[in-house]
Amino acid sequence: MNRATEESNRRMLRARDAMDRGYAEPLDVPALARIAHVSPAHFARTFRATFGETPHRYLQRRRVERAMALLRETDRSVTEISFAVGFGSPGTFSRTFRDIVGRSPRAYRKETASLTVPTCFAMAWTRPADAPAAGD
Amino acid sequence: MFNAITHSQIYVLDQDQALDFYVGKLGLEVAADIDLGPMRWLAVCVPGHPERQILLEKPGPPATSEETAQQVRDLVTKGAMGGWLILTTDDCRGTYEKLLAQGVEFTEEPTERPYGTDCGLRDPFGNRIRFTQPKF
Repeated sequence: MNRATEESNRRMLRARDAMDRGYAEPLDVPALARIAHVSPAHFARTFRATFGETPHRYLQRRRVERAMALLRETDRSVTEISFAVGFGSPGTFSRTFRDIVGRSPRAYRKETASLTVPTCFAMAWTRPADAPAAGD
Repeated sequence: MFNAITHSQIYVLDQDQALDFYVGKLGLEVAADIDLGPMRWLAVCVPGHPERQILLEKPGPPATSEETAQQVRDLVTKGAMGGWLILTTDDCRGTYEKLLAQGVEFTEEPTERPYGTDCGLRDPFGNRIRFTQPKF
């Protein structure tokens, strides 16, 4: 029973790692479920039970986190950045960004300075939380 | 006050499998492998550098209860355990190719950072490991 949970955890982690690596690619639940060697329905359910959010939401946060870095550290346009991190359209990107970060990509860029910690830490710790507190 | 860091610890779920990975694949060296009765003191180091060792510890009784060990195992396999390692290399891309060919699971391919070329992988249990070719 416990060993089965550990095996399941590792499969879900393997799929999450695939999202971390391939966030800029078009990723869908069937492809991720194949990486985890489970059915799509089982994957979505188990991923949520394991990490506390849906695969779709995790991928959105991952993409927004990369977009935040590009907004901070480059002069690339918002439209360019939306495609570079894997969003299909700038409109979807701006809506998702605002939903997760609480302000628009342009406002974020204006109000934020670049970070000077190792990039792997910056990626993990600047990833926006799942649900911003009210009033943030 | 202090002179050096000599030992660090990381949780593994199976010490034989850990040896296969850390020594067999990553090319570290066994610094100590001692049967202490209730536990196996298993430590590895970078070849020729026994002054800095990593203890590959298996959680379980008598150090922790079976129940606590299970919680640790759950966190390790979710990739959420705290202990992790950063190593340095003279050739990040070459090492990456070599390990990839051996089936090592990477979380990030070699990437240029302000401080060098850097990449990330997981051990068989879910622990995070990175290695960097520093820029001097």
